[in-house]
Amino acid sequence: MAQTRPKPPLPYRMRDIVLPGDAACPGCPIPMAWKVLAAVFRDKMILVIPACCSSVVVGAYPGNSIKASVVHVAFASAAAVASGIAEALKKRGVNDVQVIAWAGDGGTADIGMASLSGAAERNHDMIYIMYDNEAYMNTGIQRSSSTPFGAWTTTTPIIGKTEHKKDVARIMIAHGVPYVATASIAYPHDFYAKLQKARRIRGFKFIHLHAPCPTGWRFDPKYTVEIAKLAVETGLWILYEYYDGKIHLSGPSRPYMDPAKRKPVEEYLKLQGRFKKMTPEKIEEIKKYAEMYWDWIKRHM
Amino acid sequence: MAGQDLIIEPIKYRVPLSRPEKGVAGKTGFWRTEKPVVDKEKCVKCWLCEIYCPVDVIRVEPETGPTIDYDYCKGCGVCSNVCPSGAITMVPEE
Ligand SMILES: Cc1ncc(C[n+]2csc(CCOP(=O)(O)OP(=O)(O)O)c2C)c(N)n1
Ligand code: SF4
Ligand code: SF4
Ligand code: SF4
Ligand SMILES: [Mg+2]
Repeated sequence: MAQTRPKPPLPYRMRDIVLPGDAACPGCPIPMAWKVLAAVFRDKMILVIPACCSSVVVGAYPGNSIKASVVHVAFASAAAVASGIAEALKKRGVNDVQVIAWAGDGGTADIGMASLSGAAERNHDMIYIMYDNEAYMNTGIQRSSSTPFGAWTTTTPIIGKTEHKKDVARIMIAHGVPYVATASIAYPHDFYAKLQKARRIRGFKFIHLHAPCPTGWRFDPKYTVEIAKLAVETGLWILYEYYDGKIHLSGPSRPYMDPAKRKPVEEYLKLQGRFKKMTPEKIEEIKKYAEMYWDWIKRHM
Repeated sequence: MAGQDLIIEPIKYRVPLSRPEKGVAGKTGFWRTEKPVVDKEKCVKCWLCEIYCPVDVIRVEPETGPTIDYDYCKGCGVCSNVCPSGAITMVPEE
């Protein structure tokens, strides 16, 4: 048999689903992530999107930048609508289409939390993806409960946010759903593997996707991937899966269990204008919080 | 007006259903202030630029190396930043 070069799913299966010319800012993490969804599901997905940047990114009627189905829904309702679609598909015997609730951090950690909690408790068969750009970007960079400590936003303009980031993945774990994972746009192969696993599990799957936003975090758009990677390399963002009652640390985060292997947190902060006013005391506070996060991970592995 | 029926087409004939299309925000290549230029000699065909390009305008083929659709490339510089071999340089647009 003739030897052909293998064509890995990334990039070959990513192609031609996320169409060029969308309305995202240059360097936006959203379409980057959608390309990974495309590699897993191609056009066999229904994205349920509440009000957020993504609603704008796909463009206005009569066009749509994704060659898949998109249902635009009111802000708090993504998980509720996705529940309904998932049940309708089941009734009709359609089992080759993935229902994906795709919502921002504002639409998940804050305003969508009630419908999310309900859908998780009822264990509807869907993947809920919270893409976390750590503020309400679409309406002008207001803080969300997922904005990290110390970050500038237009509603935390003087001293930055005074509260820590809400850990939504941990809240979802507490719901006892079959699968919870964290992911990052900097690690598309890891994200791909997690989606592949999630698609084979029946019931409610939750993925918390870290997604640096050049516009809201105040950095040059060329750094989107580099900053997402630094979040993992500094140990501030930890990649893991939770199933069978345990944390399974993902490959990219494994080295950083050892604090000595982590890059200094400052390397992550200094590339972002939103952390311009960080004092040494605040940086210490961020490090302390990260250490607590790692302790929790280690206790549940 | 008196004696005249007002006829409104039923909404079901005009459901505002969007269809997939390229360029929902126009030719986004016009947004560019810097242009990614590939040095094919340096390219090791690792696919990273294509995987990360948020606009899906790069195609890396083993035979030809990377090609970029400049009609839509937004000039973000992500490809140049992720390239492990320094094969993509951002040059200012005229
Ligand atoms: C009920 C309701 N309240 C407020 C809004 C206004 N609104 C639209 S998008 C948005 C912010 C969404 O933030 P997030 O979910 O983090 O997504 P991002 O824009 O950051 O991608 C807000 C407040 C709305 N559309 N509906
Ligand atoms: S504000 Fe951020 S998340 Fe929203 S479209 Fe722009 S880059 Fe993307
Ligand atoms: S500059 Fe940005 S949009 Fe243009 S090819 Fe590179 S990654 Fe894609
Ligand atoms: S990232 Fe660089 S080396 Fe890799 S395929 Fe693209 S241009 Fe070639
Ligand atoms: Mg947001």
